Amino acid sequence: MRKLHSFSGGIHPPEHKEQSTREPIAQASLASRLIVPLQQHMGAVGDPLVRKGQRVLKGQPLAAAAGAFSAATHAPTSGMVSALELHPAPHPSGLLALCAVIEPDGEDRWTEHSPLDWRNADPQATLARLRDGGVVGLGGAVFPTAVKARGNGRPVDTLIINGGECEPYITCDDMLMRERAPEISRGIEILQRLTGAREVVVGIEDNKPEAVAAMEAACGASAIPIQVEPVPTLYPAGGEKQLIKVITGREVPSRGLPAEVGVVCFNVATVYAVYRAVELGEPMVSRVVTVTGNVHAPRNFECLLGTPVGELAALAGPCVDTDGFIMGGPLMGFPLPSDAVPVVKATNCVIASSEALFPKPPPPMPCIRCGRCAEACPAGLQPMDLYWFAKAHNLAKAEEFSLFDCIECGCCDYVCPSHIPLVQYYKFAKGEIRTLAQEKETADRARRRHEFRQYRQDREKQERAARLASRAPGAKKAPATPEALAESQEAE
Amino acid sequence: MLTGIIIVAGIAAVLGALLGYAAIRFRVEGNPVVAEIDKILPQTQCGQCGFAGCHPYAEAIAEGQADINRCPPGGERNIRRLADLLGVEFKPLSDDVAEPKPRSLAVIDESLCIGCTLCIQACPVDAILGASKQMHTVIASECTGCELCLPPCPVDCIRMVPIKEDLGNWRWKYPANPLRAA
Ligand code: SF4
Ligand code: SF4
Ligand code: SF4
Repeated sequence: MRKLHSFSGGIHPPEHKEQSTREPIAQASLASRLIVPLQQHMGAVGDPLVRKGQRVLKGQPLAAAAGAFSAATHAPTSGMVSALELHPAPHPSGLLALCAVIEPDGEDRWTEHSPLDWRNADPQATLARLRDGGVVGLGGAVFPTAVKARGNGRPVDTLIINGGECEPYITCDDMLMRERAPEISRGIEILQRLTGAREVVVGIEDNKPEAVAAMEAACGASAIPIQVEPVPTLYPAGGEKQLIKVITGREVPSRGLPAEVGVVCFNVATVYAVYRAVELGEPMVSRVVTVTGNVHAPRNFECLLGTPVGELAALAGPCVDTDGFIMGGPLMGFPLPSDAVPVVKATNCVIASSEALFPKPPPPMPCIRCGRCAEACPAGLQPMDLYWFAKAHNLAKAEEFSLFDCIECGCCDYVCPSHIPLVQYYKFAKGEIRTLAQEKETADRARRRHEFRQYRQDREKQERAARLASRAPGAKKAPATPEALAESQEAE
Repeated sequence: MLTGIIIVAGIAAVLGALLGYAAIRFRVEGNPVVAEIDKILPQTQCGQCGFAGCHPYAEAIAEGQADINRCPPGGERNIRRLADLLGVEFKPLSDDVAEPKPRSLAVIDESLCIGCTLCIQACPVDAILGASKQMHTVIASECTGCELCLPPCPVDCIRMVPIKEDLGNWRWKYPANPLRAA
C-alpha cells in the first residue's frame, strides 16, 4: 500500500454501472456490413491500400500509418470491399469521413499472424508493431500508442496503467480486467520494457473490487513488480492528470504532458491491445464496448470495429422509447447523429437514451456566482470566470485563465444550480482560439507574399525606368536595326 | 493656498514640457499601432473596406479616418479583437460594406483558360501560377479568396468555391441556448 494523494474537486454522480456487469463479455454477432473509417486515431492518415471490389482478409491493412505520428487501420473481418466512400462519422458534427465498407464473407479468416519476440527484439521493432498494428489510446483520445511509448527523449520513471473508468454507465475496462487480467499484465510488461519505467502502478477505482482482485492475482504472477492500487471512487479519478496526482502526488504542469513529471499513462484497454498486437501479432480489429442505458439487457460486447451502432445496440434490446444513442458516458460523451454510424476505436460505450433517462435540462439561468463549479473543478480552474469570458468572446482572457487546462469533464455543468451548459462554452472558446491561430498563420503568409509582390513590382518599375533612361538621347545608342544587331553580336 | 497652486502649476508645466520633448525625441518611424492593427486584419487585400488593401485600412483606422467594422472577411471576430486592441466598443459589421461570405478559394477552369496572365497580374499574393499562353492554376494553399482575379478574366473561367466544413476544420458552435433573463 502506497500513500495516496488527492486532487481538488470532483463529484459523486450515480454510477449506473452494476446493470452492465452482471453478464460476462459477449461476442457481438457479425454485422451485415462493416463501415470502417480509415482514420480512427489522432494524427496523419495514410492513403487507402484497397480498391473497391477487392477481397480482404481479417487484419489486412486498409490504410498504412502515414509517418511517425499515425497508426494503421485494418479490415475487421474477411470479405469484399464493396465501397470506399464518405459516411457519417461517430463525431458530434455528424460530418462525413472516408470509410471502407466491407461485406463480410462470414468466414472471418485472418491474415497470417506474426507474433513478435519482444523480449529479444529491438524496441524500435516493437514500436513499429504498435504503429502498424493500429494500437491507439482507447481511453478516448485515440493518441497513437507508439508515439507515447517511445518517450520522446524524456526519461520516465513511473508507468501508470489507468483502470480508473470513473464515468457513470461505462464498464468495459472493468469487465476486461475481470476477465482478461493475465493478458493485460503481459501488455504491461511490454510497455514497461519500452518505457524503461522503474515503477509500475495500476490505478483502479475502489468501486471495482472484482477487477482489483483479478489484476492483483495476474500482476502478482508477473515477471516484473507491478502494484495494483485501488483509488477512492471520485469522478474524474480516471482523468490522466488526476490519476497521476492521486498515485504519485505529482502535478502535471499547465498545458504540459505527464512525461514532464516523469510519468507515462496508458488505459487498460490500450494495454490489452498492445498485448494482442505484439505477442499474438494481431492488429487491432475489435474492442470491448458497453451497451447500456435504456436497453433490456445491458452488457459488454467484444465488437468488431465498423459495426453499425444500431446493430450492436440491437443485441442488448433497446426499449421502445429509445430516442437516440450516446457515445461515451453521460458526462463527456455526445449524442450520435444516427445509429448508422460505426463503432470505432474510440467507442468505449453506447448508451441508449430516452426522455425519462436523460430529461432535457431546464433552461439556463444567469450565473449567480455561487462558486460551486470552482469547488467541483478537478483542474483547479474558476469555471464561472471562464464561462464569463467565453460567453463574451473574450478569448485572450479565457486563455489567460487556463482554458486549455480544462479537461471537459463536466463536473461544473453537473453542479451548476443555474443549469448553464458551461462545457459547451469552453469547447466553443477552445475552437475559436484554434481557428484564430490558424487564421493568423494564413494572414501572416499572405502578408509576406503581398509585401514581396510589392517589392518585386517596385523593383521592376525601377528597372524599367533605368532602361528607359539608358535609351534616352545622349546615352549610348542601343542597336536598333538588324544590321546593327548583327554587328554588335560579332563584336562580342 | 497660493503656494499649493504654484506647486501644482509648476508640476504641470514641467510634465508638459517633458511630454513635449519626449514626443519629439522619441518619435518612431511608422506608427506602431498601424502594425498592431495590420496584424489583426486578415491580409486578404480585397479592398472591400474601401481602401487599397489591409495596410492602408490599418493606417486609416490608426488615424481615426475609418471605423473598425469595415472588413467583411475578418468578420465580427476580428472587430472584437480590434475593439480590444484600441479600447473602443465593439460594433457589428458596417451596413455599407458587403456581407461576409464563407471563405472560398478561386478555381480556374483549365479547359477555358486562354493564358492571358491578367489574373496573375491582379492577384495580390501571387497565388496564380502560369505563363503567357499557358493555362493558369491557383495554388490553393496561398489563395486568400479575395476575388480580385474574377473581374479581369476575359473568358470568366474563374469560380469561387467555398471551403467545405470537414472533420478537420469543424468547430463547436456558440451554445444555442440563449440565457433566459431571470
Ligand atoms: S456553479 Fe453555475 S451559478 Fe454557480 S458560480 Fe458556477 S457557473 Fe455560476
Ligand atoms: S469541465 Fe473544465 S472547468 Fe468544468 S469542472 Fe471540468 S475541468 Fe473544470
Ligand atoms: S487567386 Fe484570385 S481569389 Fe485567390 S488570392 Fe489570388 S486574386 Fe485573390
